[in-house]
Amino acid sequence: MKKLNKGYLPYLMVSPYLLHLLVFTTFPVIFSIVLTFFNWNIISPLEWNGLGNWKHVISDRLFWKSIFNTLRFLAVHIPLQIIIALALAEVLNQKIRFRGFFRAAFFMPVVISGVVVTIMWQQLLGYENGIINRLFVFAGLGKVGWLTDPDIAMISIALMATWKNVGLYVILFLVGLQTVPKQYYDAADLEGASHWQKFTKITIPMINPTIFMVLVLSTLGGFSLFIEPYIMTGGGPMNSTLSAVLYIYKEAFEYYHMGYSATLGLFFALMIVLVIIIQKRFIEKERHD
Amino acid sequence: MITVRKILFYLVLTTAALSFVYPFYWMFMASFTPEKHIGNLIFFPPELTFDNFRSMFSKIPIERALLNSIIVSFINTGMALVFSSMAGYALSRMRFRGRGVIFIILIFTMSLPFLITLIPNYILMVKFGWIDTYLSLTIPFLVNALAIIMFRQAFQTIPQALIDAAHIDGCGEMRIVFSILWPNIKPTIITVAILVFMSSWNEVLWPLIVIRDENLMTLPQMVTLFAVGGRAEAQLGVKLASAVFLAAPIIIAYAFFQKYFIQSMASSGLKD
Repeated sequence: MKKLNKGYLPYLMVSPYLLHLLVFTTFPVIFSIVLTFFNWNIISPLEWNGLGNWKHVISDRLFWKSIFNTLRFLAVHIPLQIIIALALAEVLNQKIRFRGFFRAAFFMPVVISGVVVTIMWQQLLGYENGIINRLFVFAGLGKVGWLTDPDIAMISIALMATWKNVGLYVILFLVGLQTVPKQYYDAADLEGASHWQKFTKITIPMINPTIFMVLVLSTLGGFSLFIEPYIMTGGGPMNSTLSAVLYIYKEAFEYYHMGYSATLGLFFALMIVLVIIIQKRFIEKERHD
Repeated sequence: MITVRKILFYLVLTTAALSFVYPFYWMFMASFTPEKHIGNLIFFPPELTFDNFRSMFSKIPIERALLNSIIVSFINTGMALVFSSMAGYALSRMRFRGRGVIFIILIFTMSLPFLITLIPNYILMVKFGWIDTYLSLTIPFLVNALAIIMFRQAFQTIPQALIDAAHIDGCGEMRIVFSILWPNIKPTIITVAILVFMSSWNEVLWPLIVIRDENLMTLPQMVTLFAVGGRAEAQLGVKLASAVFLAAPIIIAYAFFQKYFIQSMASSGLKD
């Protein structure tokens, strides 16, 4: 590239970004770390608390329950998300009729606000008159406490979140599938490979980067689970759908434990980073095998 | 044999597609169904009513919330387009000290979980006196890291000769970005606009934190508080009407610009 010498001009052009970075990212990160050593309810002055908040995190059973709940959500959500999205993408990647319609249908919940989807499913999953339970009764199965049974509520939310987001991952997988060179399949056809063999031996290894991306995106999305339990269950029954973000939100904006909530936020964020690093290792190892 | 398989294949696919479309249909119908019949609704209500919408309009200032959402989303989209393309241009087409570092920071901050900055940012809003003002809903969304990266990539594909020619004609850098290069990267502009607009339109957590004044609430925030709080008085139909009201603008936009929505999402993933 030709050497451009424009003095201050480039700095002027990136200055809105740099200013924004300084005020809304750099300062908050530093302040967040400082805040973890204080008790503060916003109104009264900061009160030094040393490592008290950090110690409290370790022994806070409700926080660990919220982590456990979030992990339970992810354990259902992520595998389902990847398998269903990949299957639908594989189907939509073939020459089928009305492909545009199917793609649009699967993608619709993605664009619609999570608030709408949550209010809607709250009714569909209702115990007495919900459509799902009426289908279950019709099929000769009993009613299920989708949102009222502590063992099931989080799974219901995970299923709903999968329903909401799967279209996005279908699209991402479709993009990934289109990057696989046709010749590979032609060569496999000559060798007499079956559909399944082609899928597992060519498609999966070739779209590994997409799988990792979907894994990371759905992990990040799952970890930020908030609006669904906030609207549907308020974290209940018996705190079974209290997600980590909902708990952090409640600590800060219902009880005004700002220092403690910041500590939880930081702790949880570090956990997220750790999980993503582990996932990356895992996927890279798979690729080498 | 082939045809039976094919029929079965389409049957399964159609069932799947219906399970994605039917819930929205049900919600739409339910919002026009009298309260006492909602529990039995499957396809068509025995009678149609506008009562749910009427009572929603009388209970909450939802038109005002719609207006707030429109204002905030358009401002945020406009600002993100202008400021991100400036930064994207500098990062891709100008040489200056620190350029590489800025790009690395950009990538790094994108992967930073939002939870770290949530509480300090709320405190900032309190200290700035921005609680219950539009400022808290717009200024923190002034620029967008993903948008900068997408603009940077788009500007990189433009031939240097075009920029040189503009320079020779005495064009300033700002005019180069906005009147010469913008018309050449329309797909990127549409993509960024859709992504920013949608995330702004659907954002709930942040407005819940910084806005308490009903007259400044955004649409999703208003609907959330309406559904969670006691204002809907446990009336299903009214809650669903508010959800339909919230979904309608995006569904209409989606119906017209479906192709662009899907493309923008596809490219947002690619460039992550």
